[in-house]
Amino acid sequence: MPQIFHRSTNTIARVSIFGGLFFLAFLVWALYELQASSYNTRAFVARAQPVQFSHKHHAGDDGIDCRYCHTTVETSAFAGIPPVKTCMNCHSQLFADNAYLAIVRDSFKNDKAIHWTRVHDLPDFAYFNHSIHVNKGVGCSTCHGRVDEMPLTWQVASLQMEWCLECHRAPEKYVRPRDQVFNMDWQPPPDQVEQGKKLVEQYRIQSANVITSCSTCHR
Amino acid sequence: MLKIEKSGRQKTEDRRQKRSGDKFPRRRERIWRWLSTFCLLSPAFCLLLSGCRQDMHDQPKYTPFRPSEFFADGRSERPLVDGTVPRRDLRADPARSDGDSSGGRAFQPDETSAAQTDLAKATTLPFPLTKEVLDRGQERFNISCAPCHSRGGDGDGMVAQRGFRHPPSYHIDRLREAPLGHFYDVMTNGFGAMPSYADQVAPRDRWAIAAYIRALQLSRNATLADVPPAERSKLEEKKQ
Repeated sequence: MPQIFHRSTNTIARVSIFGGLFFLAFLVWALYELQASSYNTRAFVARAQPVQFSHKHHAGDDGIDCRYCHTTVETSAFAGIPPVKTCMNCHSQLFADNAYLAIVRDSFKNDKAIHWTRVHDLPDFAYFNHSIHVNKGVGCSTCHGRVDEMPLTWQVASLQMEWCLECHRAPEKYVRPRDQVFNMDWQPPPDQVEQGKKLVEQYRIQSANVITSCSTCHR
Repeated sequence: MLKIEKSGRQKTEDRRQKRSGDKFPRRRERIWRWLSTFCLLSPAFCLLLSGCRQDMHDQPKYTPFRPSEFFADGRSERPLVDGTVPRRDLRADPARSDGDSSGGRAFQPDETSAAQTDLAKATTLPFPLTKEVLDRGQERFNISCAPCHSRGGDGDGMVAQRGFRHPPSYHIDRLREAPLGHFYDVMTNGFGAMPSYADQVAPRDRWAIAAYIRALQLSRNATLADVPPAERSKLEEKKQ
């Protein structure tokens, strides 16, 4: 009976057993990278809005404080999307007959909701509260990046659990003094970890054991 | 889709049979079939995975501001019934919530009654003035008022510079002589081009801001005699 396989196939068989492992590892790695990439998380992807609202113009160039519009960020879970009345505070006179803001005026006059595109969309099974973070010294820019430099808003974080835990495991790396929370220019000092540890104690941020437990965020 | 694939495969087989010298047509076909199944299945698998994921991500419940198909105006947030009072703002203490130190009935923003007039004439805070109150007033002033009125209160904030009607400076005689309640009243009900800020600034914060405005006014006409003796020497050092 003639040999079905040529001798060279022995080598191929050996290599493929060995290589299969690498191939599997590669597949796992590729899938992991894919789900962590901005293709999946949509980080760094600017979202179009019904009115092309620019944080760069309002917060950056005009220097309006975050809390002028996001009024509930210090007191509630939700930072608050301002009602169009807040827009009209200024735009009753500024760009008052500009076609660009027709949607805003229409919404204000006829009580019609504007359907903004949500940029930071946490999964519904994750509990998040803005006020606790802001009051314990987590700055806006720590999670949202330099919003005052974004013409259209995008997210700078993956918003994945791994990203949340990075801070919940070691908050001292990220916390800042309370009076700097809304400062977009704030840079961590060279001795951030030591300063951070003091702040963690001062603000009574709970231990990593507590804030990394499942029920802290999945409740 | 399936049909096209089959006919395609048939064609390649035909072609292969025509070709001579292909020793392993069946094995090649098997490899080809594996490959194509793998290529087809793996994206399908990914899609399946992501499909599972989104159901828990976007649960059929209303999170803040999620649109609704149920209500005619498309909002899940329902407007408040007229006369609704937030639980934490029960106005059990009118002096604190509305500055009505007479202990009278609660003041309604839309009424032009004696209560409101009284409020606009109030000359003192409805709560004790402390350093914390002034600090809070400064913070809130810089958030909500400074865009137009500027941090110094001269009325040339960024929004005014962009073309909004200039508000008057706080340092004119009319406003220096205005009672404290006037500022509270303007914040609550608006004045001229300025809309009401009642929705954006809580009552207590409005009083704190009014106190801070007064501090701003005083700062422009302060003399060395107003500085506490302990601090006075520091200023004199700087002067030299």
